[in-house]
Amino acid sequence: MEQPVILDVEDLCVGYGRVEALHRVSLNVRAGEIVTVIGPNGAGKTTLLSAIMGLLPRSSGNVRFLHSAAREIEVERMVAMGMTLVPEKRELFGEMSVEDNLLLGAFMRRRLGHRDERATMDEVFGTFPRLKERRDQLAGTLSGGERQMLAIGRALMAKPKLLMLDEPSLGLAPLIVREIFRVIGRLRQTGVATLLVEQNAKAALQLADRGYVLETGEIALAGSSGELRDNPRVVESYLGLGGKHQQ
Amino acid sequence: MDLQIALLLGQDGIVNGAIYALLALALVLVFAVTRIIFIPQGEFVAFGALTLASFQVGRVPGTLWLLVGLGVLVAVVEIGIATRNGTLRRLVSALTWNVAYPAVAAIIILLGEPGTWPLVVQVAAALALVVPLGPMVYRLVYQPLQSASVLVLLIVSVAVHLALVGLGLLFFGAEGSRTTPFSDARLDVGGVVVTGQALWVVGASAVLIVVLYVFFERSLWGKALRATAINRTGARLMGISTTQAGKLSFALAAAIGAASGILIAPITTVYYDTGFMIGLKGFVGAIVGGLASYPVAAGGAVLVGLLESYSSFWASAFKEVIVFTVIIPVLVWRSLTTRHVEEEE
Repeated sequence: MEQPVILDVEDLCVGYGRVEALHRVSLNVRAGEIVTVIGPNGAGKTTLLSAIMGLLPRSSGNVRFLHSAAREIEVERMVAMGMTLVPEKRELFGEMSVEDNLLLGAFMRRRLGHRDERATMDEVFGTFPRLKERRDQLAGTLSGGERQMLAIGRALMAKPKLLMLDEPSLGLAPLIVREIFRVIGRLRQTGVATLLVEQNAKAALQLADRGYVLETGEIALAGSSGELRDNPRVVESYLGLGGKHQQ
Repeated sequence: MDLQIALLLGQDGIVNGAIYALLALALVLVFAVTRIIFIPQGEFVAFGALTLASFQVGRVPGTLWLLVGLGVLVAVVEIGIATRNGTLRRLVSALTWNVAYPAVAAIIILLGEPGTWPLVVQVAAALALVVPLGPMVYRLVYQPLQSASVLVLLIVSVAVHLALVGLGLLFFGAEGSRTTPFSDARLDVGGVVVTGQALWVVGASAVLIVVLYVFFERSLWGKALRATAINRTGARLMGISTTQAGKLSFALAAAIGAASGILIAPITTVYYDTGFMIGLKGFVGAIVGGLASYPVAAGGAVLVGLLESYSSFWASAFKEVIVFTVIIPVLVWRSLTTRHVEEEE
């Protein structure tokens, strides 16, 4: 049975000054689905996630999340509705402890009256035992892999309905990338939808149900992961022999 | 200088230093969260002291009208935004705080007789009038400039400072006031007389500093403010609104300023423009801490107090000059020892 669409992006345009970074991008994500957006550097992938989240103003187009389309998207409202973004730069609170970083992940839930952050934190520690060992350490002293775990863990503290990940594999050792992708895969069983932006197309298409190819600010291709994996253009540009875009 | 004079000056220095420390903490807090150098900090000191003084002579303090006036202005702005966006939810809370609250305050103060209230109630009433001015000023002046550069925010702060000093003159007149001390106790410690009020100042400052520490270390909002100071984007992604954080830091700064004013009002005559000098000395302390470190800022502020007190003995005409000149070696030392961080935009 098809799950309902929870994120519906329609004709989204975003510009920086006169330069148009995204042109009429449309995509959707259904509940419990993993959808990936692949594409080369500078195609507008980060811009896309930032605009959906409300960090960047859009020039035109619609973003509907859980059937509510606000004229102006505000980050705080999106967070309150259950959307979280793990940005490419992680944006951790470096001078605060791992535990405080996680607690702040539940900031909006606390404000909305939920008091379950300790239980959620135990779940996150179950997913990433390494974070539990480092709970009193300052986030700024963590290794790259641990930072990414903390960034994802912090996002999970908000118990999101839609988790958006921007290049979670960037700069990480292959072993850690595998672990992170396994965690993302497991999230599907808990009903969380994931929008995954990746340069590592091979790994992303293995994990995702569906995918979009974003090139120079426009959706060039869309389809199921299987279709995209077999598409000669995708094979040539993103999977290739040895995959020139892979890390 | 004999020991007795040295001790006396030391006592003076520590009492003033405690106040400067409080103001330095407020300046660091506001700058870390909002990147605003909060020059009007001193006006909240004067408003706190003069509001209490007005109550004690049985007058209605002008800060009440300021509260009502700013509240109306905020309400007008919020109604304008709400009609444009069609959002009512936020308007209700804005009207509660900016119209209903000042109205209730006005009724209580105009109908009650503040002059007959016990001191504790007068102090609470003075704080209740002055503290909300902080978030209101933030809402009206700084919120529309959230993405402005530090320099623009600084210039705006100078303007706000001048406007508030002018309003202070209008409301309280050019004459200074003193309030009745919290305690008439006098202790004789090794030949030096320590007044009860001096102990009040140091004690209350210490308690406030501990309260602030616990707030930042333990409470969710305290952590949220620290998070905003460390990483604004990260904090927004957690749903911590930059605006809320800004208003909260302004409320805290206003509370610290007003409390400082109320503490010193019995030992110094406070004029409408006294706050500026006091605020500037807190600023020197904050600079010692690089506008970033709370403990160093507080320590620096106490040093400023001591320096001021001893220089007033040896070279009283140069007292202020000496205090403010300290900032130069401190800046040189800081620029040599601190690694330079590019400001991110």
